[in-house]
Amino acid sequence: MIAAHLPALQVVVPLLAAPLCAILRQGTIAWLIALVANWCAFVISIALVLQVRELGIISYELGGWAPPIGIEYRVDLVNAFVLMVVSGVGAVIIPYARKSIESEIPRAQRGWFYTMYLLCLTGLLGVTITGDAFNIFVFLEISSLSSYVMIAMGRDRRALTASYRYLIMGTIGATFIVIGIGLLWAMTGTLNLNDLADRVPAIEEARPVLAALAFLTVGISLKLALFPLHLWLPNAYAYAPSAASAFLAGTATKVAIYLFFRFFFTVFGGGGFFDSTPLPEIIMVLSIVAMFAPGVVAIFQSNIKRLFAYSSVAQIGFITLGISLASEPGLTGALVHIANHAIMKAGLFMLIGCIVFRLGSMRLEDMAGIGRTMPFTMAGIVVLGLGLLGAPATAGFISKWYLAEAALLQGLWWLVGLILLGSVVSMIYVGRVVEIAYFREPSEKVAGLKEAPLSMLIPGWVLVIATIYFGLDTTWTVGIAQDAAASLLSALY
Amino acid sequence: MSTILADLNYWVTVFLLVGGLYIVVAHGNMIKKLVGLSIFQTSVYLLFISPGKILGGTAPILDDKYTLYSNPLPHVLILTAIVVGVATIALGLALVVRIHESYGTIEDDDLTDLESDT
Repeated sequence: MIAAHLPALQVVVPLLAAPLCAILRQGTIAWLIALVANWCAFVISIALVLQVRELGIISYELGGWAPPIGIEYRVDLVNAFVLMVVSGVGAVIIPYARKSIESEIPRAQRGWFYTMYLLCLTGLLGVTITGDAFNIFVFLEISSLSSYVMIAMGRDRRALTASYRYLIMGTIGATFIVIGIGLLWAMTGTLNLNDLADRVPAIEEARPVLAALAFLTVGISLKLALFPLHLWLPNAYAYAPSAASAFLAGTATKVAIYLFFRFFFTVFGGGGFFDSTPLPEIIMVLSIVAMFAPGVVAIFQSNIKRLFAYSSVAQIGFITLGISLASEPGLTGALVHIANHAIMKAGLFMLIGCIVFRLGSMRLEDMAGIGRTMPFTMAGIVVLGLGLLGAPATAGFISKWYLAEAALLQGLWWLVGLILLGSVVSMIYVGRVVEIAYFREPSEKVAGLKEAPLSMLIPGWVLVIATIYFGLDTTWTVGIAQDAAASLLSALY
Repeated sequence: MSTILADLNYWVTVFLLVGGLYIVVAHGNMIKKLVGLSIFQTSVYLLFISPGKILGGTAPILDDKYTLYSNPLPHVLILTAIVVGVATIALGLALVVRIHESYGTIEDDDLTDLESDT
C-alpha cells in the first residue's frame, strides 16, 4: 500500500516537516524533525532504487490524474540514483549540523535554518523526481530560494552579498529555464517530459525548439555553475554556515546536472540534437576550461572554503565533460562522479567545518600545523583530497577511469592527457593544504586546539570511509550508473 | 508593419526580456538590479499567456456548441510563476535591507571595495 505511494512521499515528507520546524522554532526539536524527515527520505529513495531495478520505470499519477494532463512523478534509474545521492548526503550532514549550527547561528534563528534546509531538500528531490517540465521550475525555485536564505545566515557579513549575487544569477538562470520550457510548451502543447520526448523529434527543425534548447542549456548551466557562469558559487559556498556549504556543495549543483541529462537525452534525445547542433563541442570546450581555470584559481586562494569551492567548479567540469562525450562510459563516468563528488565535497566541507568550529577562522595561514592538533580531521581531509585528485582505491579514481575510457573509445588521446593534467592541478591545491597543515610549525593558537567533537567528526568520517569504500566496491555506484546511462542513450523514459 | 502588429505580444516580450536583463547587468544599485530582475521575469509571464489566448475562443467546456476554446493552462502556470517572482523579489529586498544595515551602502562598486578591505 505504502510502497505504491513512495514517489509522492519522497517529496511530501520533507515538505510537511518544514512548516513543522517553522512552527516549533526551537533549535533542538527542529533538528530532530529534520533528522527524522531526512532519514525517511533516504530510506524511501533506497526503496525506490530497489523498486525500479526490480519492476522498471515507476509512473506515479499525482492526485489520480492520468498523465500527460495530470502531473506525473516518473522514476527511472537515473533519477532514482540522484535521489539516493541527494537524500543520502543530507542524511549524513544532518547529525553533523547540530553542533556546527549551534556555534554559527544565533539561537532564535536555528529553527529557521532547519526549515530552510528541509525546503531545500524538498526542492532538490522534487526537481529530480518530477516528470513535468513546469514542476521542475517550481521545485528548482523552492530549493534555490531556501538556499539563498541558508547562505545569508552565515556569520560573515559577506554571506549577505554572496547570497544576493547568487539570488540574481540564480533567478536569471531559473527564468531562462522557464523561457525554454515555455517555448517547448508553445510548440508541442505539453509539459510532460515523456510526452515532450515523443513530440519534439517531429518538429526538431523548428527555430523555437532550437531556441528552447539554447535557453535551457544556458539556464541550467547557470544553476550548475558551468564555467564561465560559476561566479556566484565561490563566495556562496565560502561564507554559508558549514553545514549549508556541505549540503549545497554536495547536492545543489548535482541536481542541476541531472537536468542536463534529462533534457539532453530524454526530451531532446529522440531528435538527434546532440549530433546536429554544436552543443556537445561547446560543452566539451567549456568543461575542459572548467577543469583548469578554476583549479588554478583555487591554488592561490587564502580561504580554505573558497579553495574547495573553486575546486567544485573544476570537478563539475569533469562531470559535464562526460555528458559532452555522450557515450555509455562517458555518461556512466558523469553519473558516478555526481555521486562520488557529492560524497567527497560534502565530506570535505564538513571536516573544514570542524576546523572552523575549533579555530574560528577559514584562513589557510591560520591553519599551520593543524595536522598535529586535529589529527583525525586533517587525516580525513587528506583522504578526501586524494579522492578529488583521483588517486587509486578512492572513489574519484573510478569516475575518472570511466571518463578516460570514454575519451579513449572515441579516439581522443589528447583528452585523456587533459583529464590527467586536470588531476595534477587538483594535486597542487590539495598538496598546498597538506603542506600547511603538516609541515609547518603550529602557532600558539593551533597548538592549544582540541580534536573536533565526535558528533561532527563521525559524520565527516562516514563520508571519508564511503570515499574509500566506493573506490573498492562499485556495485551501488557504477552498477546502477551503467544501467542508467544505457537507458538514457536508448531514450527510455 | 502588419507582421509586427500581429506578433506584438512577442515583440513586447522580447523588449521586456532584453531590457530587464540589461538593467540587471548595467546597474550597480542593488534595488535597481531587483527592478530589472522583476521586469525580466514579467516578460516570461507574457510569453506564456500569449499563446494561450485564441481570439473568439471560450473557456474549455465540453459541449458541442463550443469548438474553439482558449487553453487555461498558461494562466495557472503563470499564477505560480508570479508567486515565485514575488517571493524572489521579497527575499532580494530583505537581503538588500540587511546589506545596507551591515555595510551602509547598496552600491555594487562600493561593496566590492569594502569586501576586499576586510
